[in-house]
Amino acid sequence: MARKLMKGNKAVIMGAILADCRAYFGYPITPASEIAEAAADYFPRLGRTFLQAESEVAAINMVYGAAATGVRAMTASSGPGISLKQEGISYSAGAELPIVVVDIMRGGPGLGNIAPEQGDYFQVVKGGGHGNYRNIVLSPNCAQEMCDLTILAFELADKYRNPAVILADGYIGQMMEPVDLSIREIWKPEKPWAVDGTSRTQGNLVSSIHLSAEELEVHVEHLFKKYQTVEANEVRYEEYRTEDADVILIGYGVVSRIVLSAVDAARKKGVRVGMIRPITLWPFPTEIIRKRAESVEEFVVAELSTGQLIEDVRLAVEGRKPVRLFRRTGGMVPSAEEIVNILEVREGVA
Amino acid sequence: MDMVVKEKAKSILDQYKYKPGPDKESTHYCPGCGHGNVHKMIGEAVDELGVAERAVLMSPVGCSVFAYYYFNMGHIQVAHGRAPAAATGVKRSQPHAIVMSYQGDGDLAAIGGNNILQAANRGENMTVFFINNAIYGMTGGQMAPTTLLGQRTSTTPRGRTRANEGFPIRVCELLASLEAPVYLERVALIDPKTTAKARKAIKKAIQMQVEGRGFSLVEILSPCPTGWKLSPVDSREWIAKNMLPVFPLGVYRDRSKEELPPNEEPKIETVAEALGIETGETATIRKSSAPLPETVRMKVAGFGGQGILFLGEVLAEAGMQAGHRVTWLPSYGPEMRGGTANCHVVISAERIGSPTVTLPNVLVAMNRPSYERFVDDVVDNGMLLYDSSLIEGVPVPERLRSYAIPATQIADSIGNTRVANVVMLGAYLGITGIFTREQALKALRLHIRRPQLLELNEKALDAGMKAASPKK
Repeated sequence: MARKLMKGNKAVIMGAILADCRAYFGYPITPASEIAEAAADYFPRLGRTFLQAESEVAAINMVYGAAATGVRAMTASSGPGISLKQEGISYSAGAELPIVVVDIMRGGPGLGNIAPEQGDYFQVVKGGGHGNYRNIVLSPNCAQEMCDLTILAFELADKYRNPAVILADGYIGQMMEPVDLSIREIWKPEKPWAVDGTSRTQGNLVSSIHLSAEELEVHVEHLFKKYQTVEANEVRYEEYRTEDADVILIGYGVVSRIVLSAVDAARKKGVRVGMIRPITLWPFPTEIIRKRAESVEEFVVAELSTGQLIEDVRLAVEGRKPVRLFRRTGGMVPSAEEIVNILEVREGVA
Repeated sequence: MDMVVKEKAKSILDQYKYKPGPDKESTHYCPGCGHGNVHKMIGEAVDELGVAERAVLMSPVGCSVFAYYYFNMGHIQVAHGRAPAAATGVKRSQPHAIVMSYQGDGDLAAIGGNNILQAANRGENMTVFFINNAIYGMTGGQMAPTTLLGQRTSTTPRGRTRANEGFPIRVCELLASLEAPVYLERVALIDPKTTAKARKAIKKAIQMQVEGRGFSLVEILSPCPTGWKLSPVDSREWIAKNMLPVFPLGVYRDRSKEELPPNEEPKIETVAEALGIETGETATIRKSSAPLPETVRMKVAGFGGQGILFLGEVLAEAGMQAGHRVTWLPSYGPEMRGGTANCHVVISAERIGSPTVTLPNVLVAMNRPSYERFVDDVVDNGMLLYDSSLIEGVPVPERLRSYAIPATQIADSIGNTRVANVVMLGAYLGITGIFTREQALKALRLHIRRPQLLELNEKALDAGMKAASPKK
């Protein structure tokens, strides 16, 4: 094992290497570029493929092609690039290709800025591309999880033959923290469905087209059932000091780090507050939130977006308890003190 | 002379199992369509070259989206225009595969224009069959990038004009302007003579890939009787009369005779080697070796070029080497303004929540603007280290533990202004002892890009430690 200080962005590539990802295709964009740069450094030395594509659209389609041959493949970008990749993500979901995509969110809409935001929640968690599909979405909040959840993303992508997305923000990508690296057992399934240019897979077809209505409905239903299995089996979250909490704060990514500090600070002031941090944004930790709704007075959702995460919380709470939104945007990241303050003011925050 | 195959190619299926409906023996193409001819030629060429098992056909969007019905090969159906990108992913992942991209004119020259250009320019070792019928056949006969001037389509009902739609794109000529492609030829399905040439070109384009030569493309002028609203026979004549003057047949690139460069075997590292897991610099993972009475929430600030981010990194690294938990966050986004650089460092014995430091208990200020900007944020009884060579005559708040370190002056005296940041590191170490000199040196070694500067940095560290004495 080795403990190394590194940016979250680099830790993604450490995870990808440990997960035996064989190919990285990407396009530069701030604040995600260190991911491509680390892949460009490490992948060729390991006999793996790194290629800077001509566009985000090309990159995701290269990933599509590589994944269709059965190898683990990935790309990474930030919001504007993820918008462009939606075509390939939808096709991958349709063709049931296991691909891994990393989104290091920046400010939007449009060109926005390069500061951290969480405005890509809808486009990543709710789909973003066309058609009836879901991404498995993992949300790291430290450099170690950037590594570990990338490994998990490859495993879940293969397990369900589905796109898996790492959704992080500029701070989680740019922040340096210690990362423990070790060679570990990686689960990798056989892929008899792949098209790898051998007699074993001759005649196989990777496709997302189902021209007849009857056939496509069967396929969409198959996907839907698969998503139900994912929802039943793959929910991950972290609870912090929720047992006796009157208020539960909910946040992901860098916000959950700030919330953690806010919980401790508020507890010192005698406010009984806890945190639920979704680690999987889809499938969403609906059940635990619903369960906690029985005992808390209210939920406060903190996000760097104008009410995206809160929709899933409200669906979970089903009106049982008030759900308040605390938001900052544009790259403004709240301090823990700011969050403690809004806990003390029970009203007036829309 | 080429062997003449009289039977159906083996790599073309007897029964089209993927084709829906009861009829598994006839194609879905219209009478007189060129796709059937080209499919047959591809099947024969693949048979003759003995590569059916290795063949991967990229099916595009357009009528030939269903090319996978017909071939006993591997099939990957891709998004509109993206076949060259997806094929790149296939070939790079499975270099032994014989990857063929089959694309129409809208797919290749319109929506996928950049994808084909860039794949050709990279010299991807793949084969592209480009069906040019001057129209979007599948979607009902709309204009293609190769539609002729004056040609009526459903989206150029009065005929294509140079003023509104511009001129038809000549793909072979365009790609011939690039260095990398090894074989480019335009052929046509007009009569037995041109068809025989097309057959030869298709085989050659696959042969080039089998030999590992690089990017090949065969453009095939192909009839679309339905789209053109002509009979199959008239369609062939239409190609000769209208398309040939715009799209001259011929070889635009042929490097089939050139000697191939020798294969170089790159040195491959193991994962453990590359990641330094067994052999590299590793920290002993243990509990804190030095006392850490409270969590350090530090802001390091100065102007760009003073190595502010580097100082923060080394502080975090040294903290980690000492067994503490650490975070380092660079100034980033809206904080980057006013010509100052800053970063946030947290060193803690506990799990670190927020990595952002809004109310620091340590401020390291390396220039006056950063001092002025952040000094009021420091908590009561917090620590203030400032470069007194650059920050003079400022009111130092009584409520802080202040240390005036003439870091720039000291750095100058040991020969390089640029190590003022490391003087400050030494001073912080001297004052707090939350990591050892050895740990700081190790941190420097891990983060300095030029090893020859290590000695100078060591001097700066020691000078800083020596200078660390409380001023009040």
